[in-house]
Amino acid sequence: MASKWKFTTKDLAEKPEILMSGHRACAGCGPAIVYRQILKATRGPIIATNATGCMEVVSTIYPYTAWSIPFIHTAFENVAANAAGIETALKALKKKGQLKYDHVDVIAFAGDGGTYDIGIQALSGAAERGHDFLYVLYDNEAYMNTGIQRSGGTPHGAWTTTSPAGRVIPGKPEYKKPIADIMVAHGIPYVAAASPAHWRDLITKARKGLEVNGPAFLHVIAPCPRGWRYDTSKTIEITRLAVDTCVFPLWEAIDGEYALSAPSKVIALKPERKIPVKDYLKVQGRFRHLFTPEFEHVIDEIQQIIDRRWKRLLKKCDMA
Amino acid sequence: MTSEQKGWKEIPIAGVCWRPATDYLTGDWKTLKPVRDKEKCNKCLICYMFCPDGAVTWDPEIEDIGFNLDYCKGCGICAVECPKKAIEMVHE
Repeated sequence: MASKWKFTTKDLAEKPEILMSGHRACAGCGPAIVYRQILKATRGPIIATNATGCMEVVSTIYPYTAWSIPFIHTAFENVAANAAGIETALKALKKKGQLKYDHVDVIAFAGDGGTYDIGIQALSGAAERGHDFLYVLYDNEAYMNTGIQRSGGTPHGAWTTTSPAGRVIPGKPEYKKPIADIMVAHGIPYVAAASPAHWRDLITKARKGLEVNGPAFLHVIAPCPRGWRYDTSKTIEITRLAVDTCVFPLWEAIDGEYALSAPSKVIALKPERKIPVKDYLKVQGRFRHLFTPEFEHVIDEIQQIIDRRWKRLLKKCDMA
Repeated sequence: MTSEQKGWKEIPIAGVCWRPATDYLTGDWKTLKPVRDKEKCNKCLICYMFCPDGAVTWDPEIEDIGFNLDYCKGCGICAVECPKKAIEMVHE
């Protein structure tokens, strides 16, 4: 499956803005960049739905709305069920000849809390039923909206308010759940991991997800300056580091067949380009406690997990 | 910001938002503002792609980039990511 869609940066810049200015995301917000880029990939009329989370709150603070398209806010747990309902309603309207468009795309957005933890049953059900929608997980690795509580997406060793780093525990003791692999296991036609730093790759993947017939899942890393504790200007730099250290490799799985995307393929072919994970950790305040003598061993642990996951991914992509 | 508030009889039912977010100017959040060196800029539009607030504007008629300081929150991503180092953040 290759998308026939070609675009230049100017094409994207001339497309009308779907997530309008004036939304109240923090300065340097990663998810806001992700949303803007994904909404540049649309091909016609769309309906968006959003689970409770940062981006739902900041984009629709009553009576203001930053959305120039039909948008529905749902509770934390049911964004995928909502998207499934929208898609089924559109199908029914089309059958009755009451839909004035040929096709309407449905996008479901959710954060890591609404996907990893609370929303997974609705997501799993919608994927199993095979509804035609794109599910976007913007992963800022904790419940940032309510004040940085740990989620299933928070990485090992990270500080959050509910996995505090003290003298005994070095941040979160558990590991990040491989959510995208769980979605591949559902046997859905398109799953991809993307980052806003490689925006061309992200926009192409979003388009592929919309074009595919059936559920598509997009896992996008979206740094949060408040929760990850770094300067607002570093958002894109950190995402790039996440890819270069293989903390967040970029890949896609079409009908269950894994393939690495260009930025990660380069690292697979030239392993000397892989940066130690320490460089990624030291720019973020949430890992600051790891750079003390008592917790230094956790950095090695993280490096081992990352290496193991990277090796496993290479095997899946037939590049080991 | 909301000078004319609607009464409960006028507002739409079911919590439907009725004002565009563009009415709400987030530009006063910032302490630093971007300034572009037009000589260095090659209009690659990377700043446009990375702006979280859509505050980098592109005018196809004059083919030029601008900053909408009514919405810019001064995060400085554009200055860090500019490949030509044409953007500098200065105090307002």
